[in-house]
Formats: sequence, structure tokens, C-alpha cells
Amino acid sequence: MTVLSDLTRSLRARPVRPPQSGMSRRKSLWMRVHLDPWLLLLLVVLMGAGLIVLYSASGQSMAVVEAQAIRLGVALVVMAGLAQLSPVTLMRWAPLAYGGTLLMLVAVEVMGDVGMGAKRWLIIPGVMRFQPSELMKLAMPMMLAAYLGRRQLPPRVPDLMVCALILALPVVLIARQPDLGTSLLVATAAVFVVLLAGLSWRFIAFFSVLIASALPLLWMNMHDYQRQRVLTFLNPESDPLGAGWNIIQSTTAIGSGGVFGKGWLEGTQSQLEFLPERHTDFIVAVLGEEFGLIGMLAVLCLYLLIVARGLWLSNGAQDSFGRLLAGSIILTFFIYVFVNVGMVSGILPVVGVPLPLVSYGGTSSVTLMAGFGILMSIHSHRRLLPR
Amino acid sequence: MSTTQRRAATPRRPPPSAPLGAFRYRLMLGLILLALGMLGARIAYLHVIDRSFLQGQGDARTLRVESISAHRGMITDRNGEPLAISTPVVSLWANPQELPPDDIQRLVLARALDVDLDDLNARIARYSEREFMYLRRQMTPADAQEILDLNLPGIYRQLEYRRYYPSGEASAQLLGVTNVDDRGQEGLELAYNNYLSGTPGKRRVLKDRRGRLVRDLHLLKEADPGGELVLAMDQRLQYMAYRELKAAVQERDADGGTLVMMDARTGEVLAMANQPSYNPNNRAGLDPRSLRNQAIVDVFEPGSVMKPLAMSAALETDRYSPDTVVDTSPGWMRLDNRFTIRDFRNYGKLSMAGILRKSSNIGMSRIALDLPETAVVDTYRRLGLGQSPGTGFPGEADGSLPAPVRLADSQRASLAYGYGLSVSALQLASAYTAIANHGRRLPASLLKLDEPPEGSVVIEPQVADELLGMMEQVVQPDTGAHRGVVPGYRVAGKTGTVHKASGGGYEEDAYRGLFVGIAPASDPRLVTVVMIDHPRGGDYYGGLVAAPVFSTVVGNALRLLDVPPDQETLSSADAP
Repeated sequence: MTVLSDLTRSLRARPVRPPQSGMSRRKSLWMRVHLDPWLLLLLVVLMGAGLIVLYSASGQSMAVVEAQAIRLGVALVVMAGLAQLSPVTLMRWAPLAYGGTLLMLVAVEVMGDVGMGAKRWLIIPGVMRFQPSELMKLAMPMMLAAYLGRRQLPPRVPDLMVCALILALPVVLIARQPDLGTSLLVATAAVFVVLLAGLSWRFIAFFSVLIASALPLLWMNMHDYQRQRVLTFLNPESDPLGAGWNIIQSTTAIGSGGVFGKGWLEGTQSQLEFLPERHTDFIVAVLGEEFGLIGMLAVLCLYLLIVARGLWLSNGAQDSFGRLLAGSIILTFFIYVFVNVGMVSGILPVVGVPLPLVSYGGTSSVTLMAGFGILMSIHSHRRLLPR
Repeated sequence: MSTTQRRAATPRRPPPSAPLGAFRYRLMLGLILLALGMLGARIAYLHVIDRSFLQGQGDARTLRVESISAHRGMITDRNGEPLAISTPVVSLWANPQELPPDDIQRLVLARALDVDLDDLNARIARYSEREFMYLRRQMTPADAQEILDLNLPGIYRQLEYRRYYPSGEASAQLLGVTNVDDRGQEGLELAYNNYLSGTPGKRRVLKDRRGRLVRDLHLLKEADPGGELVLAMDQRLQYMAYRELKAAVQERDADGGTLVMMDARTGEVLAMANQPSYNPNNRAGLDPRSLRNQAIVDVFEPGSVMKPLAMSAALETDRYSPDTVVDTSPGWMRLDNRFTIRDFRNYGKLSMAGILRKSSNIGMSRIALDLPETAVVDTYRRLGLGQSPGTGFPGEADGSLPAPVRLADSQRASLAYGYGLSVSALQLASAYTAIANHGRRLPASLLKLDEPPEGSVVIEPQVADELLGMMEQVVQPDTGAHRGVVPGYRVAGKTGTVHKASGGGYEEDAYRGLFVGIAPASDPRLVTVVMIDHPRGGDYYGGLVAAPVFSTVVGNALRLLDVPPDQETLSSADAP
């Protein structure tokens, strides 16, 4: 209980106290490189654990592990790089980042590359192929935080209208690709910014009703495979060989691990290829099968600590822009974890959300670490900001 | 109560400066912890409460029960010599979905399989929707391993057994064959398939999603190998009989031939050879005709070889004895105002033995017409003709006899000299065991018997012995059947030559040459039937084409069986 209240107190917004003289030298070293040692430590531990699970999940492929390690390394560099930029700079660049990403989404709409049945990719010939929607996960909260940061808080109705417009444009574009999962995540990041800005309860209630009434409309506009996913979530046994397969397999894998798990590389469901997508979206099931309840809870605790540290950092922000952006980034991170683990363990429908920093994949890792870079920047540039 | 109110009224801290209230932060933190709590609870539920069900589900996906093919039982001859044995072979199969798509690896595979790349590609294309196709069946384990060692994806092996027949074409029709799945298709392999097959065993294995074996966990049930089938056949006699029959058929340019040699004391079939034959170990370009075990499944009109059997009907009455004389003049007779039957020439008055020696149709007809209407037919029926021989051989023929009612004179007469009925070589041999065995007919047995069967007395013992003596007079150095003589042994026999029936009539110049013999006549051991189908090139009489085969085969057989000669002076036998 004391821990909880301490945490609550530490999370509560409060004025920054001058650092203690004894700690100042060590802290200042980290402050000088604009990194947060605790967050960095937690992230590296998580990545390490992730690589161990990935080795097993990839069918003991060292090549996959190496590729992922390189991507994580790149992500760490991106994080450190972004941490060097001051929040002022970020705020100044926010509209540009948002506008640019929006243009790229339009470009995808017009001339995007089709892959796996959806139009999500943009190709820069000879250079790379990427999803602008991933960038929007950062550009969106930056833009909203930059906008609201200059306004009086809590925001008034005209400001909210502008926010709604900023939110709607990219979300609709991404949903049209079609990529409902990402569009919802981008929308979530935006909603967090608005919520953190202090939306009145009346508005929260109003929008809740609005969303609830919009659900049937959403259902009617869904693609068949998306509806199927929802139906399958409600009753996976209805289609055990088709869409329900993933979820039945993953819960089976998790449950068969028991409390202590079957041991690393010993999972029958994952090692024998019964588990689909086992090194990407469903990697948690491998963790559950091989390391059991203990392993799952350990990793969840790691995520909880990261979220707690992130929230603590975001509360230290000195201005609205920093506080809103940092809060949104860390809450969105938590949502990723929740949606992924919830999906694999069968309490949420299957949406393509990877487990942050553990699932195999480059783009999402880099985006996430970029977010943590911004978080660290906001934290470490405090005193440099003009008051 | 009052304390709480006071605390609520006077907050300990000033309200936070940030726009987001403390309550909202607590709410947010609470929601986060609630969400994590939900995840934790769900995971704990799966791990702890649902565990046994989900572990069962997990096992259901990975644990498989595989069958172990049972070793098919061996077929041996009466002395334990192997006639059909199963050897382990490997069949290679592929999952077309997993086969390498590129031509270089396919070329490697095609080379290793020794097939054309285009053919292989075409086959893979044909199975492209499936997940199983055979690459090659029944390879030697070493050859299969060479291909598996190429480590191409999607290629798997399957352990099987393949049947080998060491005796080759000599006993091909009797043994029959199994198909590629080790199931009996013909002959005794088919008749005794269940007995030979045994029951497959079971073992529990760990398999991955593609069905590859990961680990052998434990054996549930040993494969129960099939039983061993011991035939009555003596492989030495079979080889020799087949060799001689084949030589005769080739020499006479005949359509085919068959030989049945039966143990006169037990009814066991010691040899059963057929021409044409085939190599059961390599059935490429097989003529389906050669698959027939003619000795059992094909029937023919036996002709004169029936005369001794018909004569038993006469000798059993008071009116005939071996000394009875029958006038066969003028060498022909007309029956029912339609049919004329004739002898080779006018033999005049003949004794019963003389009728057999000269094979007089007129003599037999006179006797038959003198007997009660159904006497001959009834005798034939008692001898097992027109009925199932009961060997269980697939497709065994019953033959046919006319119903014993309202027989025309021509029918009664022709039955007595072997026309108007059909028999198989096996039935004929079985019928003659009655003469060899003091009137006791023995059912034919293809399997080795522990003790001789009871049989049943169908001819008066004395009559049987008299007939044996009369048949012995048929096979003498100075008779038409002299080629059936076996040096050193006394032989009782009868020749037969029949027109081949075809499409409602008889062919003018197509014959069957037959010889039935019992040896040694003093104490019969072997009953042998030889039939040569449509010999060409002049000779077609049974005494010319079938008797020599009998002589060689039975002579060799008696010596192989260590039967003491019962004719002491070879020179006197040879003297005219």
C-alpha cells in the first residue's frame, strides 16, 4: 500500500525540485547525454529477454536473432539521437513532421505498394520500403501536444474541434489502407493527449456515447476479415481451423506451460510449429509455454516498471507540450503491451499489434524507441528550458 | 467518523498546479493496474486453472499414434523351403507443397530417382494441390537413403515390406501375388490374406505440424506378424514338374499345359504347374492369361481319361467283372438317330481291360447303356466332379455334370467316355485317388496336413483294386500309352485325347492331350494328371504328348521321394 501511494505521489504533477548536491554530479553526467539511466536499463533488460525468447521462437535461428539485435541497436541509436533534441525543437518541428507524414499517407493512398492484401507500404526506389502509418504514431501526439501546448488548458470547444480534425485526417487515411489496428492505435495516442490536457467529464461522457453509437456504423464499414476477427474473438471455437486457429493455438501454448513452463527451447507447441506467427505477434505464447506463469509475470512486471518510470518522467515535464507528449507516448506504449498480451491470451480480438521490443520486427521497435528518446529529451532538457 | 470528515474537509496538500487533477492521475494509474491485473488473472487462469485441459489439447496436437506395419507371414513348401518372403523396403514420398520449386534442386532429385526432369515436374504439378505423392515405391533401404541424404525439403520415407518369390515362375499361379500395398491379389496370397497379414502394431510419437517425426515416445503394441503358411507342395517336385511341362509345351508348340501331382495317401498337392507362367518378381509386360492357375480354375472335357472311373460303375454291379467280354463290332454305333460314335477301328470283342487298353468308345457306350440310367453320373458325382473341390483357392472351378434326370442315350454313352461334362485337372486327380486308395477318395489339399484326411469310400475297395490292375495293363511297353512307362516302377494310367470345344461345337484340328497315372501301381504314392493344351505339329494324342511328361516327372519324383522300385527287372520291362 505504501508503495502504491508513493508511486501515486511521485506520479502526481509537482514542481521540479533542485537536485540534491550529492547526487548532482552523477545525475548531471546522464543529464549531459540526455539519457535516463533507469529507463535505459529497463529497456535493455527487456530487449535482452526478448532476444532470448526470439531465439526459441524463431526455431533457434541465430540469423533472426542477429538481425533483430541489429535493429534494436539502430533503435537505441535513434533513441539516443532524438534525446539530444530539445523539446523546443521538437515542438517547432511537430507540424512539419505531421504534415509530411500526412502527405506520405496521401501518397500511399494514391500510389502505395500492395502487400499482404493491404496498401500500406511506400517505396522510395532503391532506398527503402516503409509504412508511413508507423511514423504517424509519433507525429500525431507531437502535433496535438504542440497545438494544445500553446493553448489554454483545459482546452475549449474550438480547440477540440481542431484536435478532432488533426486526429481524423490520418486515422481515416490509415483505416482506408485498410489497417484498422494501426489507425486505432494512432487514434489512441491522440486521445491520450487530449485526455491528459484535461478534458472535462462532460466531454468524456459525450464522446463515450458518440463512440458507442458509432460502433454499429464502424461494423458496417468493416472489411469481412475484420468482422471475422471480432466474431472469432467472441467465439474462437466457431472456426477452429480458420480464423480461430491462432487464438486456440496460442492459449493452448500458454496454458500447457503451467506455472514453471516447459523450459527454454522445450515448448512443443511453439517448437513444433503449431503456433502461428510465433516470432512476431504471438511471441508471448512462446514465452508462456516455455517459461510458464513465472516468466509471463516477470515480463509483465518489466513492462509495468517501464511504464511507471515513463509516467514519472512525464510528470517531471515543465511545460504542457512535454507533459502531454510524454504522457501520451508512455500510455500508448502500455496500450501496445495490453493489446498484444490480451490478444494472445484470448481476452481481446486478434489485431496485428506486436509485443513492444520483443516481437521480431524493425519499424515498430524504431518507432517505440524514438518515442522513448523524446521522453528522455523532455526529461533531460528540463533546466535548459526558459521558464 | 468525525476524523474522516475533518480530513476530507482540510486537504493536506494544496491542489496540484498542473491542470490534470490528482483524481485523474489516480484513476489513470488505477486503470493501468486494473488492465495489468486483468492480463495477470487471465494468464494465471490459463496457466493454472485451464492447464490440464490445455496441456491435453497441446498433446493432442503433437502426440500421434503411428502404425507399425506387420511382417507378412512367409509361405513355405512342405519342407520349410521359402516360397514367398517379405523383405523390408523403403518407399519415398513427398509433400508437393514443400518440394523445392527451383529447377536445379529438382534436377538433382530427378537424377537421383533416375527419372526425366520433365516427367517429375509434370507429376509434381499434377499433385500440386495435395500434400502427399509417392516419389518411388519399394526401393532398397540403401538406395532410398542416398536420396534422403540429399537433404531436399519435403521428402519423407515410409517403411514397407515387399514380397519376393524365390521360386519365381515355377509356382507363380499357385502362390499368387500381393499388390504394392502388401495385400494379396491372387492365388493363395489372396485366399489366406488375413492369416498372412497379421495385425499392425502401434507406437506413440511426437510429430510437428508438418507431420515429421520428432521423437519416438513409446511402443503401445508390438506388430503381430502374420502367420506362416506351409503348403503341401514339395518345391523339388514343383521345380522339376514345371521344367518338364514347360519343355513339353515348348516342344509341342502348345497353347499351354497343366500338371497336378497329388499324394495318393493324403490328397496333398505335391506339385501344381501351369503353362504359360510369369515371373511374380517382375510383373512388367505380364500377360493376364498367365495369371490363371489353370489346374484349379479352368475346366475342360476330360475325354477317355474318364473311362476307368465310368467302368467302376459297371464293375460294382453283379453283371460285370474284369473278365466280362463286350462286343464292340462294327466299331461304330448310332444313338438317338442323330449322333454316330466310332472307335479308331473295329476292335471286335474286348474284355473290360481291353476296352481300357484300346480306349474303345463303343465298348464304354455299350456298358453305359446297359447300366441304370444315372449310374455313371452318380459315380462321377460321388467322385467329387461337378462340385467344389473345397481348397478355398480363389476362383476354383466346380466343373459341370448333367443333372441325373432324363438322360438321353447319347448323353449316357458320351459321359462314359468323358464327353458332356467338364472337370478341372485338380478334380480329376482327386477323383483318381479313389482308385489309388482302395476306393477311398481324398479331397485335394493345397496345405500340408498333419494327418491324412478321412476321405470317404466311393468305390468298392475290390473294384478299385481291379481297376488299378486294369489301368496297369494300359501302360505297357507294347500299348499306345507306352510312353507313360516309368522305368523301375509299375504304372497304372490312362490316356485321353479330346477335341477342344469351341462356340457350340468341336474344333476340327485342336486337341487336348491328357494322361492320368498312378505310381507305383503295387502301392500307389502319386496320382498325376498331365494336360497339354492344343499341341501343334502332328502329334496330339495324349499318349504321345502328355505321357512322356508323366514318365519323366513321376520317375524323378519317385526317386526324389525315395520310393523303392517295384519292378525288379528293367530288362524284362524293356523287352517287347
